[in-house]
Amino acid sequence: MATTLPIPETTTVLEPQKSDLGWTRPDHRSGIVDWLTTTDHKKIGIMYGCFALFFLIVGGVEALMIRIQLAVPQNSFVSATTYNQLFTMHGTTMIFLAVMPINAAFFNFIMPLQIGARDVAFPRMNTFGLWTLLAGGIILNISWFFQFANAFGWFAPADGRLEIAPAGGWFGYAPLSATQYTGIGTNFWILGLQILGISSLAGSFNFIVTIINMRAPGMKMMRLPVFTWMTLITSFLLIFALPAIAVALAELQFDRYFNTNFFKVEMGGQPILWQHLFWIFGHPEVYILILPTMGIVSEILPTFSKRPLFGYPIIVFSGAVIGFLGFAVWSHHMFATGLGKYATAAFSLLTMAIAVPTGVKIFNWIGTLWGGRITFSIPMIYSLAFVWMFMMGGFSGIMHSSAPADAQQTDSYFVIAHFHYVLIGGALLSIIAGLYYWFPKVTGKMMNLKLGKWYAFLIIAGLNVTFFPMHWLGLNGMPRRTHTYQAGFGWETWNLVCSIGAMVLGIGIFLVVLDVFISARRGKLAAKDPWDGRTLEWTTSNPPPHYNFARTPIVKGKDSFFIHKYGQPKDKIEFEEEDAHGIHMPSNSWMPMISGICFTIFGVALALMPSGVIPGMGWLAVITLVGACIPLFLWALEGPGGYHLHAKKDNNLATNS
Amino acid sequence: MSQSSSNTVDSLLDNVHTTHPSSTGIDNKKLAMWAFLGSDCMFFGTLISTHLIYRKLYPESVTEPKIVVTDLFDIELTSFSTFILLLSSFFMALCVSAMHKGQIKSFRKNCLLVIFFGLIFLGCQVYEFHHFAHGNPDKGVPSLTLSNNIFGSTFYLMTGTHGVHVAIGVIILLVMYFYSYSGKMKTAHAIDVEMAGLYWHFVDIVWIIIFTAVYLVEYI
Repeated sequence: MATTLPIPETTTVLEPQKSDLGWTRPDHRSGIVDWLTTTDHKKIGIMYGCFALFFLIVGGVEALMIRIQLAVPQNSFVSATTYNQLFTMHGTTMIFLAVMPINAAFFNFIMPLQIGARDVAFPRMNTFGLWTLLAGGIILNISWFFQFANAFGWFAPADGRLEIAPAGGWFGYAPLSATQYTGIGTNFWILGLQILGISSLAGSFNFIVTIINMRAPGMKMMRLPVFTWMTLITSFLLIFALPAIAVALAELQFDRYFNTNFFKVEMGGQPILWQHLFWIFGHPEVYILILPTMGIVSEILPTFSKRPLFGYPIIVFSGAVIGFLGFAVWSHHMFATGLGKYATAAFSLLTMAIAVPTGVKIFNWIGTLWGGRITFSIPMIYSLAFVWMFMMGGFSGIMHSSAPADAQQTDSYFVIAHFHYVLIGGALLSIIAGLYYWFPKVTGKMMNLKLGKWYAFLIIAGLNVTFFPMHWLGLNGMPRRTHTYQAGFGWETWNLVCSIGAMVLGIGIFLVVLDVFISARRGKLAAKDPWDGRTLEWTTSNPPPHYNFARTPIVKGKDSFFIHKYGQPKDKIEFEEEDAHGIHMPSNSWMPMISGICFTIFGVALALMPSGVIPGMGWLAVITLVGACIPLFLWALEGPGGYHLHAKKDNNLATNS
Repeated sequence: MSQSSSNTVDSLLDNVHTTHPSSTGIDNKKLAMWAFLGSDCMFFGTLISTHLIYRKLYPESVTEPKIVVTDLFDIELTSFSTFILLLSSFFMALCVSAMHKGQIKSFRKNCLLVIFFGLIFLGCQVYEFHHFAHGNPDKGVPSLTLSNNIFGSTFYLMTGTHGVHVAIGVIILLVMYFYSYSGKMKTAHAIDVEMAGLYWHFVDIVWIIIFTAVYLVEYI
């Protein structure tokens, strides 16, 4: 549709608005200042992704150290305490610093493009989420450096306990996390998770408002791409699940710092309360990890089968049902605690029920493939592997839902096999699928597709060699979370196989991550629409301009870009005319990063306070907490900011069809 | 860019910022606030249920000397501060309405009243905490602290969290009160006052639940 307004065909930019503070918000659009202050959802998404890939490698190294220790019986590669720290930090890092942020990276980069928006609803809050994520990551991992300092004799906590890096498990069960069992590592863990919670909440409020309120005209809720739907459901899960762990962590922190009695048996506290509060958060968390990746697969399978997603409304509805039921099954993590037969039966039943919407999704994905013209490109290979591997994890999950069976399997390697099939075979495989799929959108380059097939082989083979034998180990009685085992139980062979598989898997993942950074520099230039995409993000150039769409598209149906290319003339995407003032874009801001830095110092100072080594940590914590809040206040005063530009019409759609 | 054209851009931006369209017609800020309040419901829900679970599990204190909560509570004072907080909600509503009509003076007056009542409530809470933590040795009522009793742990954490919420509300209103003297506060900013109002009413409602489920329940 031709616009009639006399709009200049060149990009002109008006000066940004002056703030109430008398200074102008930074409006760099390149360079280091831009990256530190950016409010562009795409740059924020890229930074989320880079941090997440870094922590994926960190968590992977921790996992490989665990597997080296367990490769042979009675190994002494690491001590028992170090082993506890390794599995604690492996779990915490992978969940909170690798999978969640990488999902957030996709939410940030892809979701606004998919709904035809120019940015998220609250750009500075988005930046704030990024820097608080980094704050949480630093607080958690800086504990390792204090651990090393202790090994060199430079740092000795007053309580004499040596768990300076967290050692209480990612679940932090009370009373293991109390002061008499773990050292200041638990403080780092509490504060790191608490601040990561702030990050996730800030992100989630933003995504919810963006998806509900900032859709392009014609983008009705039931036309949203499934990935966007899953972003919405995941965000709702986050805002309702995180408060439970926030309170649990606060209670634990009060127990440790102010001698309260929440989890102290001798004073009438109940350790089981921790388990309830933790898993009320912890089970929805499982879906927080997996639902976005189901969304990714639901985008890739139709694209590479050249068919619309089979049963779109049912897939969306199933996602919502999974999210809803996710809040009603937490006690299946606690069958072994003796809840009583009625509670156990109810939670058992609900857990079995959750298999129904999950199964519906699997059948819909198979239905999408059925009769399609399938291209075995790398994203498709990973997505197909996802469906299969996730199903394997699902089957052992169903076995756990039966309380009597679970009583046998709980705390054994069988459980480890189950959730690694779900988290690697499920979440990670589709995350890599998403990386390959959206990489050209993000960078304008292609990842190495030829080598990619070999990497895929390494990862999928490594995954199965590592985790399938763990089913047998678990059924043979090998317990979780023990740093070594005796020879002669029949566990030697399969443990060695697991460790070899883990190395293969580790190498595969490392090569993919390496390829991300190499291809970003010197990958082959991508075509405008390399996969023959179906959704709005592919209508923009690769990478998209910072304003995303020169003219806001008017959406005519589901799979709007696909029907634009191959549908009736009435399905062609039209465009809104440009406003007289041009495109309104947000200015950058220093405030979120300053707040993030203060949060980092706050967390580290407060965690170190009980160690009694460095004086004045309590005061530093108070000052930096205030310092973290002041930027949020100045943020309100620095004004809405923003600048206007007249963008050249982009001709993407014309050249594509 | 000259001064005059900069002013036009400013007014243009003002116009854009206040009239940005949304798919549902609900203002973005308001939607985010509702999402936040939903999340905060879970937050207080967890705190209150922790308290109620422990209260039911251990109706009698396991510590010596035995703490009888009703001896400690000063229900007249707490009823008074509850009434004060509810009254402040009334002025909050007037405050929002005044801002919608652009009556800046009425806004200031009502805003100040809300702040004043909020501070009275906080003062009562500080007095109450002080009073509970010291007990009443003359009448033989033992003290209740964070650490000497499980009731103390749950009670102080929960009511303390609520107190922090009230204090944050007071700070937000104070900021708005002083900002109104800058001359930049216009009817278009009524949405911001309305958000503060939503928050304030929510904190009040939570207090009604806490007052019932934590204070009044002890007298049944």
